[in-house]
Order: sequence, then C-alpha cells, then structure tokens
Amino acid sequence: MKMLTTNKMLKQLRNLPAKAGLSALMLGSLALANPAAADMAYISNEKDNSLSVINLDTLEVVNTIDVGQRPRGIVFSKDYTKLYICASDDDTVQIMDTRTGQIIANLPSGDDPEQFALSPNNRHLFIANEDDALVTIVDTEKRDVIAQIDVGVEPEGMAVSPNGKIAVNTSETTSMLHWIDTETHELYDNTLVDQRPRHVEFNKDGSLLWASSEIGGSVVVINTENREILKKLRFEISGIHPDRIQPVGVKLSADGRYAFVALGPANHVAVVDAKSYEVIDYLLVGRRVWHMEFSPDQKRLLTTNGISGDVSVIDVDKLKVIKSIKVGRYPWGVAILPTEAMNQLQAER
Amino acid sequence: MNAPIKIRKHQGGISRYWRTFVGISQRELLRFVQQRTRFLSALIRPLLWLVVFAAGFRAVLGVSIMPPYGTYITYQVYIAPGLVAMILLFNAMQSALSMVYDREMGSMKVLLTSPPPRSFLLISKLVANALVSLPQVMVFLLIALLVDVDPPLIGYLAVLPAALLVSVMLGAIGLFISTFIRQLENFAGVMNFVIFPMFFLSSALYPLWKMQEAGILLHTVCQLNPFTYGVELIRFSLYGELDSHSLMVVSGITLAFLTLAIISFDPQRGMKSSGKPVPKA
Repeated sequence: MKMLTTNKMLKQLRNLPAKAGLSALMLGSLALANPAAADMAYISNEKDNSLSVINLDTLEVVNTIDVGQRPRGIVFSKDYTKLYICASDDDTVQIMDTRTGQIIANLPSGDDPEQFALSPNNRHLFIANEDDALVTIVDTEKRDVIAQIDVGVEPEGMAVSPNGKIAVNTSETTSMLHWIDTETHELYDNTLVDQRPRHVEFNKDGSLLWASSEIGGSVVVINTENREILKKLRFEISGIHPDRIQPVGVKLSADGRYAFVALGPANHVAVVDAKSYEVIDYLLVGRRVWHMEFSPDQKRLLTTNGISGDVSVIDVDKLKVIKSIKVGRYPWGVAILPTEAMNQLQAER
Repeated sequence: MNAPIKIRKHQGGISRYWRTFVGISQRELLRFVQQRTRFLSALIRPLLWLVVFAAGFRAVLGVSIMPPYGTYITYQVYIAPGLVAMILLFNAMQSALSMVYDREMGSMKVLLTSPPPRSFLLISKLVANALVSLPQVMVFLLIALLVDVDPPLIGYLAVLPAALLVSVMLGAIGLFISTFIRQLENFAGVMNFVIFPMFFLSSALYPLWKMQEAGILLHTVCQLNPFTYGVELIRFSLYGELDSHSLMVVSGITLAFLTLAIISFDPQRGMKSSGKPVPKA
C-alpha cells in the first residue's frame, strides 16, 4: 500500500514539469507567470520553430514558446511590450505580445525576412529580404509597408543609427554596405567590403559603424560621416584554420571599451579593444557562433551557437565563458527582456 | 597510583606512532629534496604533455559541455586533471621502486624493526609519499595557469585531499605489485605493463564518451581501470565538486589493495639469499 502511494507520488512528481510547461504555455510566457524577478533572454531556434526563454539569474531555460517557421532575427519594441520575430519561412515578421506569449499579428515583411532593425522612433522596422534583394520598411503601428528599397544580392545585416537618420544594410553576394537615408528612403551610398558581409553595428553615438565579412574573415570600422574605412581587423587563433574564422555578429559594450566579434565555425568570440582595435582575447564558446546580446547591466554577453544548439554566457568583466546552456535546434537570434520592464508589464496586467 | 601510569602509556603509544610517521615522512622528504632532478622530471613530463601534446589537439577534439565543466573547454583544460594524476602515478610507482631497492639493500629491515605494526609502517610510507607529491601537483597547477587552465580558487584546496587519496590508492597498487618483484631490474616491466596502460586506458586523455565512439571494448577497459576514477575524482574536486561515485570506487580500491599488499608483503623476498632464510645446518 505504502509502495503504491510512493509510486503514485513519484509519478505525479515526474508529471509536474510537463504540467507546469503546459500551464505556462497556456498562460503565455512563464517569465511573466513567475513573480521571481530576473532578466530573461529570448532565443530564436531556427530549426525548432520556437523561442527558448532563459532566466539570466539561474541560467536555465524556463520556457519554450512555439512561433512561426524558421525564426531568425528577433528584437523587442523599445517599451518591451512586443517582440518582433522574423519568421523567415512564413515570409512574415510576427508580433508577440510579451505579456501573454501569444502571436498577435503578422507584419507584411516581404519574402524571407532574415535580419531587421527597429528605428529609435519605435515604429519603423527595417527588414532585409534575403531572396528579393530588397530592404522593406514597415510601419509597425499601421502594419503596412512604407517603402521597398533595391539593394545588392542577398541582403542580410541591418542597422539603424542611434539618431534614426541612417539605415545600413549588407548584401552578402554583392559584398557591399548600402547606406539608406531614413527620411527620403533613398540609397545614397555603397561601401565595398570583404566577401559576404553579414552584420553591421553602430557605436553608441553613431559616429562609427562596425561591419563583419564572413568569408573575407574581416571586420571593418567605418567613419559614418564620410564612409571611409578607418580600420580593418583580422583574426588569428592558433590551431584553427583561417578558413574557419568567419566573423558574423558584432556587439559593442556601452562603455566603449570592448567590441565582441562572433567568429562562426571557429567556435570563438574575439574580444577587441574598441579604442586601439587590438584583439585582446579569444573566448571558446559552442559550435558556429553567430549572434550575441548584452544583459541589461552589460555584465554578461550571450552568444547563440547554432550547430551545438546552445547559448554561451560570457562574464564581460572577467572575459570568461561561465556557462553554456542547451536550447532548441540551431539557435539564431537573441533578445533580452530586463527585469524592470517585466515588472512593469506585470503591474499593467 | 596505576592511573597516571596508564595515561603515560597511552600517550607514549600515540606519540610513538606519530614519531614513526614523522620519521618516515622526513626520510621521504629528504630523499625528494636531495633528488632535484626527480622533482624536475616529475614536472617536465606532464608539462610537455600539456604544452606540446594538448596544443595540437585544441581544434581537433572539441571537448563539449560535460560535468564538472559548465561550458566548452580547451583540450589543455581537459587533460590537466589527468596530468595531475600522472604525477601521482609516477610518484607512486617510484615509491614502490624504492621499496624494492630498500628491500635489496637491507634498509627495509631497519624500518621494520620499529615497534609499530608492519601495516602502520607501510601505510605511513604511502601517506608520506602522497604528501611529498602534493607540492609537485601545486607547482604543476600554477604553471598550467600560463596555458589558461584556471580552475576556481576553491579547486586548489579541494584537489589536495582528492590527490592525497588517489596517491595512496596508486601507492597501494604499486606496493602490491612490488611484492611480486624479486629484483630491481624487473621494474622496467612495471613501467611497460602498469604505468602506460593505466594512463592511456583511462579518462585522462580522452573523455569516456569519446572512448565509447572508438570501441566498446576500449570503453569497458577504461571503465574497469581504477586510474579513471582517480582522474575523475581529481577533475571534479579541481572544480569544487565532489564525484561521490569516483570517491567510493577510489576508497574501495585503496582499501582492497592496502589489505592485499599488507598481507602479501614479505620483506625477505628479493634479498641476496634465495629469498627465504637459510636453515641452520
């Protein structure tokens, strides 16, 4: 009798996580259902059509949310009420309500959206349409297309300057950066860089633009005023063939101290002194590292490692990888919801 | 009147054991200090593995996430605990060799004339040898910092008892083997048939899952090798964690081999006479 009861209890205990997961899904994001305050990282899993939610205090996956097909680029609205998701194979940008975890709308993004950038006005999304050689500008409030701009072949990287006046797109096959005036929606200049540019990132005041070239194996730093290349960085890791060093994601610390460059199949993140442009260190992370994001306090940097299906967490002060967390298959993008924003969302609920 | 005498006897007993232990330890330490080349060679061997061997494997192996590591590690980081165990293994076998030497030279007789029981003398010798190994382990770990093997601070403390226990286990195995060696010259065989298989067929150089990919038989042999558990005990302790499974295996093996070694220890074996006292005519 006692055995039976114990077994029953064990069975219930075993079912508990499944039940909890189900109710969390029903309620929407567990992050919001759970009153425990912590920053939450949202990771898009390209092959699982889902988002993994990581609690940045415990460094554990606390929830998985189903979304559209092949989610890649993800970004929060400035007030964190919405999460925009590039559902590439559904040819749309989905809007997820952060409070409920429900998809509330699909934006007309053009075909195969991969990366995008939200303008500082919190309204205009600049979307790179990989298959159509276009950049589509979408008004997220009216949910319609404002403009489509012809760019080079296979557009990918996308960034809007901090003052919102310039948008830059990279086209992988043309190996160019395309400079777009956000008021006139005109392409006003092109910069030739090394093969297959993947990602662009403005510094805090918008005076510099960092651009990575995946096949060229380089990162350039460009003066945004005159679009001149100030510096070209190359990377070298002992024991790793140069062909495997393929820079993709670039992140700059807010204090202007470091630039972190994800080196793809080299499985390392390069730490660059953002002032002297010297490579300080190479940090070993999971396999095929592409994109990164800082925690709100800038003390941690998260990397998505596609092939190994995990997220590595870097301690920015110590420049050490402290943990790698298993997520879904082929994690691609990462966006972080700060505790304060989450508390506010909970209060409004 | 009787009570004080009893107490004195008791104190005398403990201090006698302590004096014996200190004496044996001092002898080991003296031997260690006087042989500086031994200290250097004990360090150079694992350092060569760490710097030369591991550097070439940096990209090839790709050690993935596994306990006690929370993230991806370089090969240097992976093999460091195995190389710590390598230091202990060579020292333990060297200690066993010195036991054979002592037996041949007759100084073992002097040691065995001390009043404490033989088992205490042998255990003291193993513990003394283990204690002498610890500074070598520490120096190795400090040098390993240069190639980014940087475990947490707590690990440097936690590794000491683990290394001590593993050293006593390896010493007990060495002692047991030495009871079968008649002459010093046979010791080269020990190198070939004990040290190398023990080191290579363990988790020191490759994780067990990698061995499993290479073959089931190889994996099984590695699992049966007590050295594997010694390496894992050191690996976890170096990262401030306790691998209780390895601790149990290492403790069990230590106890078993100590018992076997003490039972089969024969100070007469290998002496210049045929190994047994010559009966008087």
